[in-house]
Amino acid sequence: MVIGLYLSWTAGRLDRLHSRIDAARAALDAQLLRRASVAQELATSGVLDPAASIVLYEAAHAARQAEEEQREVAESELSQALRVVFEEPQQVEEVREAPGGEAAASELGEAVRRVPMARRFHNDAVGAARRLREHRKVRWFRLAGHAPFPMAFEMDDEPPTALADRAA
Amino acid sequence: MRIGIVCPYSWDVPGGVQFHVRDLAEYFIGLGHDVSVLAPADDDTPLPPYVVSAGRAVPVPYNGSVARLNFGFLSAARVRRWLHDGAFDVVHIHEPTSPSLGLLTCWAAQGPMVATFHTSNPRSRAMIAAYSILQAALEKISARIAVSEYARRTLVEHLGGDAVVIPNGVDVDFFAKAEPRPEWQGDTIGFIGRIDEPRKGLPVLMKALPKILAARPGTRLLVAGRGDEEAAVESLPAELRSRVEFLGMVSDEDKARFLRSLDLYVAPNTGGESFGIILVEALSAGAPVLASDLDAFAQVLDQGAAGELFANEDADALAEAAVRLLADPERRAELSERGSVHVRRFDWSTVGADILSVYETVTAGAAAVAAVERPGLRARFGLARD
Repeated sequence: MVIGLYLSWTAGRLDRLHSRIDAARAALDAQLLRRASVAQELATSGVLDPAASIVLYEAAHAARQAEEEQREVAESELSQALRVVFEEPQQVEEVREAPGGEAAASELGEAVRRVPMARRFHNDAVGAARRLREHRKVRWFRLAGHAPFPMAFEMDDEPPTALADRAA
Repeated sequence: MRIGIVCPYSWDVPGGVQFHVRDLAEYFIGLGHDVSVLAPADDDTPLPPYVVSAGRAVPVPYNGSVARLNFGFLSAARVRRWLHDGAFDVVHIHEPTSPSLGLLTCWAAQGPMVATFHTSNPRSRAMIAAYSILQAALEKISARIAVSEYARRTLVEHLGGDAVVIPNGVDVDFFAKAEPRPEWQGDTIGFIGRIDEPRKGLPVLMKALPKILAARPGTRLLVAGRGDEEAAVESLPAELRSRVEFLGMVSDEDKARFLRSLDLYVAPNTGGESFGIILVEALSAGAPVLASDLDAFAQVLDQGAAGELFANEDADALAEAAVRLLADPERRAELSERGSVHVRRFDWSTVGADILSVYETVTAGAAAVAAVERPGLRARFGLARD
């Protein structure tokens, strides 16, 4: 009886962790999508030079279109492209000076700061669930059912300094 | 004439476009023109006096690989300063579709602009926004040059508009007058190119080599180019590996002497070539040429009249043709002779004069090149949002 209660409690705990992962993943997706959209908007706005525009546009496009397996790579490449394009504080300044640029720059700044946060929360939930699932009581009694083994989202999410600092 | 040339790739990295720009600049300087080349370069790279550094190119993920590009605020400022200081009659931009210095110059300059399209990067999917960004900048180019019929066709397909075809130039006499080196002579097949770049086709040649050696055991394969030599001969039976000699990177002088010494030059490239300057160099040196039947190669070899072609990636066809040619000195002499005549059209004296007449056509009656007055951001933003 006691064992049964304990197992049922563990299963409930696992279930809560899984829903926490789902929520964190949805939040991460939303942030990534938001970042890609703002980047794409800036790339097509004509504020940046055409070379920077094309690099940024293609990176943002690839990130939005990426299949699940290539997602981490594509999003990391978008991070790199953003870092290179907004490496110079003057470039950020130029965007801010354009009409509506202030809003676009802070939106992008916000997005690039939130992506690492969302990713950390997600991976934290994944870590907790993985530790529990690796426990033998969970494995022996198959408490996780058919839920897939949770995977961390690994990517390069270092924001461009010129953007992240200003947007505080 | 004051001529500004923009090279999109790092000056310190050897490459076809860089060499073309260098030779073009030196050819015009020789004619007494005032030439300045804007190119990406590391700060500590020694540059010839006519090259102005546009700063270091930064590695960026682009088109599925990491490209070294120049863009952004600082590069744009350097381009404007160069345009301003140079007060050029004409600016010649190379590879304006790559998101680097060339495109940046299109954007920052106004006045007579000539652009040369070297390669065409066929896009996997139409990128509407990227296309319109590109078009807006490319519209300012007054004359377009494609380096081959193939490059022109892809240019027309991908960007619309048209271009004149002017091939890449070669200093034919430099190759024709080189002294052969005895140790590279006597039943030798030559290959020049990056060893570890499969599109250069060394694997195809390696596959064909056992058959060639079976028919002509005295043959040696000489390979000039960078790359992993061990990996390159891996597919060969161990006893044949001694028939392959690696020369590493060779200097321009040695390249000319190398091509002069060979019995047969083989270009097994499997794709990605829009011109094939190496074939022109081999023809200049009078080497009989056997090349894969890529569009660009067939063009350079006059559809097979100036050099033999084999079916692309077909190692058996390559082996058969190589054996036949090696056994037939008369045919090789004939190819060599026809090649030497044909190749004159690629000499800098012809190519340079053609390019100069393009310059003269676009500058006739036009004002000099200037940096664009920066339009108010308000106006530009307003337009973009319409």
